[in-house]
Amino acid sequence: MLVRQTRAEFLKLWRVPAFSATSLLLPIVFYAFIGIGQASQVLQGTHVTFGAYFLASMSVYSVANVMIFSFGISVATERGMKTDLLMRATPLPPLVYLLSRCITAIVFAALTLAVLFPFAYIAGGVRLEAEQWFTLAYRVLLGSIPFIALGFAIGYLSGPNSAVAVINLIYLPTAFASGLFFPKQLLPQIIQNVSPYLPLYRFGQLGWDAVGAPTSESVSTDWLYLAGYGIVFFAIAIWAYRREESRKFS
Amino acid sequence: MTTAAQLIDATKKYGSVEALKGVSLDIELGDVVAMLGPNGAGKTTSISLLLGLRKPTSGKAVLFGMDPTNVSARSRVGVMLQESGVPQMLKVSEIVDLFRSYYPDPLPRERAIAMAGLEEKANSLVKELSGGQRQRLYFALAVCGNPDVLFLDEPTVGMDVEGRRSFIERIAEFAHLGKTVVLTTHYLEEADQLARRVIVIDRGVVIADAPPAEIKSRVAGKRVRFVAPALDEKDLQGLPVSAVTIKDHSVQLLTNQPEAVLRELFQRGVQIAELEVSGADLEDAFIALTTH
Repeated sequence: MLVRQTRAEFLKLWRVPAFSATSLLLPIVFYAFIGIGQASQVLQGTHVTFGAYFLASMSVYSVANVMIFSFGISVATERGMKTDLLMRATPLPPLVYLLSRCITAIVFAALTLAVLFPFAYIAGGVRLEAEQWFTLAYRVLLGSIPFIALGFAIGYLSGPNSAVAVINLIYLPTAFASGLFFPKQLLPQIIQNVSPYLPLYRFGQLGWDAVGAPTSESVSTDWLYLAGYGIVFFAIAIWAYRREESRKFS
Repeated sequence: MTTAAQLIDATKKYGSVEALKGVSLDIELGDVVAMLGPNGAGKTTSISLLLGLRKPTSGKAVLFGMDPTNVSARSRVGVMLQESGVPQMLKVSEIVDLFRSYYPDPLPRERAIAMAGLEEKANSLVKELSGGQRQRLYFALAVCGNPDVLFLDEPTVGMDVEGRRSFIERIAEFAHLGKTVVLTTHYLEEADQLARRVIVIDRGVVIADAPPAEIKSRVAGKRVRFVAPALDEKDLQGLPVSAVTIKDHSVQLLTNQPEAVLRELFQRGVQIAELEVSGADLEDAFIALTTH
């Protein structure tokens, strides 16, 4: 049941090019445009190349992107199509349903990394220790959990047609403000003041630290921030889910 | 007989609207039940309560002796709901396999697809199906788990006459396997063709629960139709009729005493043309039952 459901959830997303192509290819397009040109430059006062630094940025960007979009869009579409009504009448346990989506999102996230890592290695000449590759991968996968909740919350709070717009409006600007596209130091001062409080910035720090780039606080501080955001996002998601329940299914 | 599904004095309020006002009904295993009623009568609400999609405001809904949200109760039930969607980007065969995996003892995939007459579309994406084909897909999804009970909420809505006829045959086929079928409809001939029991719901109350033949005989034996261009409303007062419908100048009366009605009309000097007296069908019975 779980295997079938996961397979179906995967196919559902895979066959929507607007999702699958953008989440797999967009990160390497960004990497090609922004990262490759100056990939071999060493960041001031370190041994870390810009190629490695930007690989960490794009890993964080693409994985969080997969989590928010896959959950946000699938929940919103399902509500729009009223698939949720039919699913609720089947014997499929809700937990299996939820689990299948999490597995699907993690598989997609892993796929984006499987495309991005070799691209950075070949085109960007990024050379990391085996341990660093591994640390970067597991940190971005683990650190993306709060964004699952954020995707759920947006899926329940926005309509099926507006979900994509809402996500883009929230996600892209905060990705910029968090320094995922250009290092934070290049951003306007006012945004620099805000960015340490953005969840994507904290997520980004975990990635930058993994490739050896300097970060403003310790890794454990970043994890704590992310955990805090995770709790807030889950609370919002659960609230939104309950609101939906009491409207449609009570 | 074993009870498959039960409503016990169930009421349901949506805000201030009272959709069900104390409905009790027992659906036995092997029953083929049609729930009839005008729009907004409470048919869909009754089904939603039996399926655990909604909770009764008071009273109780029971499915195989359990709460309707119980997974093992649900694994004995197949459903077709009004206006519910399925993922567009899956193929027919994939989504049938998916739904089969929810049930402990499903039908073979080919069998379920054949029962719905979708063999030629098995490899098409859901989004490529026509409206009628999509309706048949919902039927395939409802039967693929080999359920004991099938709940069908307005299954033929939006189909043409031919499509409805063949669809009703498919449902009958399933019922012949000894399965329980509960369907809501406002196509009365469907209930007449298919059901062994008809439950008429109106304004949140069960107003009749009997075999189709009994419902027909209970209300009105005969239907009297005629055209009366100069009819006055008081011409029809005091006649032994159970229902009157007047459209333009054509009049339809339901009565158990057609002779007495006609004698009275002639005595009153009403000019009538195109007189027709026939046995009432379920539609007439239904009109008589729900006319207030």
